[in-house]
Amino acid sequence: MPDFTDLTAMTIAAARARLAKKDFTALELTDAHLAAMDKARDLNAFIVTTPDVARERAKAADVRIQSGKAGALEGIPLGIKDLFCTEGVQTTAASHILEGFKPQYESTVSQKLRDAGSVMLGKLNLDEFAMGSSNMTSYFGPVKSPWKAKGRADDLVPGGSSGGSATAVSACLAMGATGTDTGGSIRQPASFCGIVGVKPTYGRCSRWGIVAFASSLDQAGPMTRTVRDAAIMLKVMCGHDPKDSTSAPLAVPDFEAALSKGVKGLRIGIPNEYRPDGLNAEVAALWDKGIQWLKDAGATTVEISLPHTKSALPTYYIVAPAEASSNLARYDGVRFGQRVEGKTLDEMYAKTRAAGFGTEVKRRILIGTYVLSAGYYDAYYLKAQKVRALIARDFTEAFEKCDAILTPTAPSAAFGLHDKQDDPVAMYLNDVFTVPASLAGIPGASVPADLNSEGLPLGLQVLTKRWDEETMFSVCQVLEDAAKFPFLKGAP
Amino acid sequence: MSYVIKGETGQWEVVIGLEVHAQVISKSKLFSGAPTEFGAGPNTQVSFIDAGMPGMLPVINAHAVEQAVRTGLGLKAKINQRSVFARKNYFYADLPQGYQISQYDMPIVGEGTLILDMPDGTTRAIGIERLHLEQDAGKSVHDMHPSKTFIDLNRAGVPLMEIVSKPDLRSPEEAGLYLKKLRSILRYLGTCDGNMEEGSMRCDANVSVRPVGSTELRTRCEIKNVNSVRFVMQAIEHEAMRHVDVYESGGSINQETRLYDSNKGETRPMRSKEFAHDYRYFPDPDLQPLEFDDAFVAAIKSKLPELPDDKQARFIKDYGLSAYDAGVLVAEQENALYFEEVAKGRDAKLANNWVSSNLFGVLNARGVAIGDSPVSAKNLGRLLDLIADNTLSSRMAKEVFEIMAETGNAPDAIVEERGMKQITDTGAIDAAIDQIIAQNADKVEQYRSGKEQLMGWFVGQVMKATQGKANPGVCGELLRKKLKS
Amino acid sequence: MSLDKATVRKIATLARIDVPETDLESTVQQLSGILKWIEQLAEVNTDGVAPMSGGTDLKLPWRPDAVTDGGKVDAVLANAPDAQDGFFGVPKVVE
Ligand SMILES: [Mg+2]
Ligand SMILES: [Zn+2]
Repeated sequence: MPDFTDLTAMTIAAARARLAKKDFTALELTDAHLAAMDKARDLNAFIVTTPDVARERAKAADVRIQSGKAGALEGIPLGIKDLFCTEGVQTTAASHILEGFKPQYESTVSQKLRDAGSVMLGKLNLDEFAMGSSNMTSYFGPVKSPWKAKGRADDLVPGGSSGGSATAVSACLAMGATGTDTGGSIRQPASFCGIVGVKPTYGRCSRWGIVAFASSLDQAGPMTRTVRDAAIMLKVMCGHDPKDSTSAPLAVPDFEAALSKGVKGLRIGIPNEYRPDGLNAEVAALWDKGIQWLKDAGATTVEISLPHTKSALPTYYIVAPAEASSNLARYDGVRFGQRVEGKTLDEMYAKTRAAGFGTEVKRRILIGTYVLSAGYYDAYYLKAQKVRALIARDFTEAFEKCDAILTPTAPSAAFGLHDKQDDPVAMYLNDVFTVPASLAGIPGASVPADLNSEGLPLGLQVLTKRWDEETMFSVCQVLEDAAKFPFLKGAP
Repeated sequence: MSYVIKGETGQWEVVIGLEVHAQVISKSKLFSGAPTEFGAGPNTQVSFIDAGMPGMLPVINAHAVEQAVRTGLGLKAKINQRSVFARKNYFYADLPQGYQISQYDMPIVGEGTLILDMPDGTTRAIGIERLHLEQDAGKSVHDMHPSKTFIDLNRAGVPLMEIVSKPDLRSPEEAGLYLKKLRSILRYLGTCDGNMEEGSMRCDANVSVRPVGSTELRTRCEIKNVNSVRFVMQAIEHEAMRHVDVYESGGSINQETRLYDSNKGETRPMRSKEFAHDYRYFPDPDLQPLEFDDAFVAAIKSKLPELPDDKQARFIKDYGLSAYDAGVLVAEQENALYFEEVAKGRDAKLANNWVSSNLFGVLNARGVAIGDSPVSAKNLGRLLDLIADNTLSSRMAKEVFEIMAETGNAPDAIVEERGMKQITDTGAIDAAIDQIIAQNADKVEQYRSGKEQLMGWFVGQVMKATQGKANPGVCGELLRKKLKS
Repeated sequence: MSLDKATVRKIATLARIDVPETDLESTVQQLSGILKWIEQLAEVNTDGVAPMSGGTDLKLPWRPDAVTDGGKVDAVLANAPDAQDGFFGVPKVVE
């Protein structure tokens, strides 16, 4: 009789091996997670749970395992961010406007995970339309982090927008989860919740079937408890998709094989612009620790400059809302989703969208509409596109001097769910270290590195050049090995 | 010949630019694999992409790109090897994504030219501003329910070429000629079927007026979606008159979008377009720039058909036709092909007469396309041969032609069956002439004393006597000989 | 550039989002705050820089002209708030 608590605390790699050895069944593994999810309802990580779907898929996985036809993720229970369209299962993007929407199609990424034998446990909560860094903008209520600060009882945010994913993985409600990252939405919550989050190169994972936020930035990726698990999951998630014009027609590397390569001889770039005056001292100290770990493992470090770093956030807050204002025009109450009737078509639109979207989403749509409007396009949108080109160029030039870049993932640890957050700009600053890589389209990962003095996780971010996730994984594995981060919540 | 409107205060000139939306002939949509056929049940030709479902992404149809380039080459226009798809953002019930994927500041085709053949034999070169690719919207049905509009997205995503002229047109007639010429070129190229009733070619007309002699451009109004060449001409005429009336009564014209009501013969502002638009164009982040190389363009160029202007020039040169006659023949490729088959090795001017007057007359009267002509080119050619070898007089040929048009039979068979062979046998004609001369001594006398007009009367008598079968040439010759002796 | 109420009203109309008169002032404040912050970009020298408009520099893929989709009216209408006789229904539009 397996120990169910033990089952939920395993890594994907371990579960994969033990399922193959038939130590337990996929159904048992799934049931263990469904039970854990039930107990952790208070965290609000899931918008909907799909126990029937999960058990059905777990049973099918067991049949395939029995017949020696196991896929790469056969029987592994995963959570799917509710931004991925899932056939016949409500997909909301955490927005009221999509409440009740049941796609008649499956996103490419979730289909690939399904085809590899994984088991969907449910749809994970997120910031509405993935717009946020705290998971407080969800129509279905905020997600709580499983972490608490030392000596404090109040709830913390899991980060966002993939906050449900981060909480579920961190609290061992799922062995892994899908996330999406537009400006840091995988990496920042991974850092806040003490897990691994990988945003691959733009174009690695198909965007087909993922509710679009900002099309030129959105990228799916895995959120897991270990670097190896992220490599296993990413290999399944990515690959060329002819249905997405921006999907790269490249072969998928063996990310898992890169884990053992080490960093000997690698040049690690340390950008001085990421150490602004007033950088949180614990974050700065952790960064130094990370630098030392890599040096100890045989890497050399090199000071680099990314001169346009300071402009990345304002650039992002023009580009992303502009694209969002257009991407979210389809939520009009005509073909799907919620509708508020009106006497005229325009009245119906305005009422539907006013009632269907939350405050932050409306704010971004209005900003995006403004920066694209006649007379302002050149000053805002075109300008931002030019600065974006400079930011991308900064990285290209930096990667002539180094193989990977190491930075902190976020400027702070998680903050309180009830801390006052009424200044949108202050909230946007959470993404200061993650946004530049998003704009440049390069891969980035966050690895949990340590706890701060309050006992909260802090992550380190590894960036590499486009299509070089392998080097990124090598560096991440070395960091993980050195950090020995043992502090998972929900684990026994 | 210039078109002017005589107002109370003076003469006015009309300035017209046309925007034509031409549906690209393709099997599937511009960005999805749904079919484009006309007339299917509502929403049966719709993919999730066309319906603007969450997470759906566009992938460009290669054939639509080729068709746009082919059309650009046909319009002798600049082909842009790098163009950009942009989103045109606006809300409308039949626009599922909330934006139309179109091209804005970087279209696939730049400036070109279209030549108009004016009825007086002169030509006018009309500038083409640009051609861009874009997706069509769906269809709103307003008359099926008392309080609702119904939306059918079958057309949503259908590939269109928007072809924009420069404001070079100066009369409703020129606008009509422009549309006909453009349609002719598109059909030659096989890039658009030009069918205005089914909406595969639609026209928006930008109209303004100015006092004759002025070069200013006054406020224009855009008349949307006029669905026939005739209505475009009428709409322009009415709109131009309206502008003149407004200006002459001291008013001013608002830049606005209007609809043409062909029943009332007037234009009126479009209510749904009252709201000032701000389309917020920006490059579509789902689609990288559209790029191709010289070889791609060259391959398309190498397969271009002979286009109407070139064909017309050749018909003038090779067949000795007038520009006007050649223009009529080349307007439709099928007509030109038909003509060439008839004219090959025969008298081309005669062939033109038979095709342009007799055949087209029959086809127009019956509303039949040349492809369904009861008279095949081969048979018409044979008929011309029978005229040439004197088997038929031209009068008899007309009779035979009518039977051909009726039955679809070959001329030889008709002639054979009905014994319609012209009499060229001088013996038979001789006898008839001798008898007429014998019976009409007075007329013979008058002819011989110089009243040569009587020759016609004599020929008539001979024809009567031979039931019209006598060859009039042979007949005249023999008569002249006998009357003189 | 700080916004005024009229501009926000105009943007809201363009975006088809009903912003009640009572929320207008606070919306003006928030949007102005964000705009003021993003305007720091004006200081960046971008002379001669080509704008980066997409996330990738890969070539645009083309698909062959083949019918691979359509014929699923039920699936297309499955989530419609108002569907009738194969159509989507909306309030009557007067052209
Ligand atoms: Mg237009
Ligand atoms: Zn157009």
